[in-house]
Amino acid sequence: MPTIKVYSTPTCPYCRMVKDFLKQNKIEFEDIDVATNTEAAREMVAKSGQMAVPVLDIDGTIIVGADLKAVKKALNLEG
Amino acid sequence: MYDLIIIGAGPAGITATIYAARKKLNFLVITKDIGGQAALSADVENYTGYQYITGPELVEKFEKHMKEFNIEVKEGEEVVMVEKMNGTIKVKTDRGTYESKVLIIATGARPRTLNVPGEKEFKNRGVTYCATCDAPLFANMDVAVIGDGNSALDATLQLMKIANKIYLINMNPSFRGDEVMIEKVKKSDKVVTLYNAKTLEILGDKMVTGIKLEKDREQKILDVQGVFVEIGYVANSDLVANLVELNKQGEVVVDEHCKTNVPGIFAAGDVSNAPYKQIVVAAGDGAKAALSAYEYLSRLR
Repeated sequence: MPTIKVYSTPTCPYCRMVKDFLKQNKIEFEDIDVATNTEAAREMVAKSGQMAVPVLDIDGTIIVGADLKAVKKALNLEG
Repeated sequence: MYDLIIIGAGPAGITATIYAARKKLNFLVITKDIGGQAALSADVENYTGYQYITGPELVEKFEKHMKEFNIEVKEGEEVVMVEKMNGTIKVKTDRGTYESKVLIIATGARPRTLNVPGEKEFKNRGVTYCATCDAPLFANMDVAVIGDGNSALDATLQLMKIANKIYLINMNPSFRGDEVMIEKVKKSDKVVTLYNAKTLEILGDKMVTGIKLEKDREQKILDVQGVFVEIGYVANSDLVANLVELNKQGEVVVDEHCKTNVPGIFAAGDVSNAPYKQIVVAAGDGAKAALSAYEYLSRLR
């Protein structure tokens, strides 16, 4: 199983969409709240070069935004 | 062939869905997301029945209500083309083609862009259109909010809890938003409001470093790390631009029954020219569109 980190904020609907998608597909991930964890926020900006949530780190593949197509591709999911 | 296809699942689309389900119509919902712009509101204090609720919480309730019925929702599916041929509506998506007798367009609206240099380059690099999503990333920073309506005031209220200093840049001499919000913003010593200020350019290197304005015929640069653009919305009507009548603003023209100029095609919510872009108004229009669609179908039989 790949290691997945989801950097998100509690109020962000796009973050919820991505997390719901992962849950529906029974894929485990680490949910990192960058609203409270400023160090993680810095790490996220450094990794993605962007200041926007959600950011996914799938075994080093960085995906910015609720780009489900890119997530499926990174996880080799059909659909 | 379905009786009805509803495109969009914001407050208008979801309410239309609830009404259509209760009429036991054979229908399909196709949507990119659930909740639309309502999911992006931080605090909702004007939806009847809730003195206070957040946008995401309200949307969760909408979704739960919708999914109580056994209905078909194509979520995360993007419509690429809509046409009407020989009385049949064809909706083509990135995954398939669906046919129906009646259509409800509830595709909502998207944030309007400034169209100034630097905006595209620094999108998600300090420039954002979703304060609800990204505001927490700007903790203790100096930011600018551009706009004069409730969305701009809402973004400012969120940032007051997080940012160091907020420049509220209003292109007009006053605000259009709710008095309650204007008062809260004016009371804050974190907020500096600039009236009659036009945004000329967004500056930066890797990330946003500032914003160039024109005020009183003078140009000035403010040092900010974030720019929140909240200058209104553009109707998501591109899909149906060749199918139904649009007004100059690009909104789908409807009558008081949510009928477009094409028989069997209805529109509801922010995509339409109905006045006042409010969650409660969109929801009400969604109900009207579904009931109109039901009436139209009854006459076909």
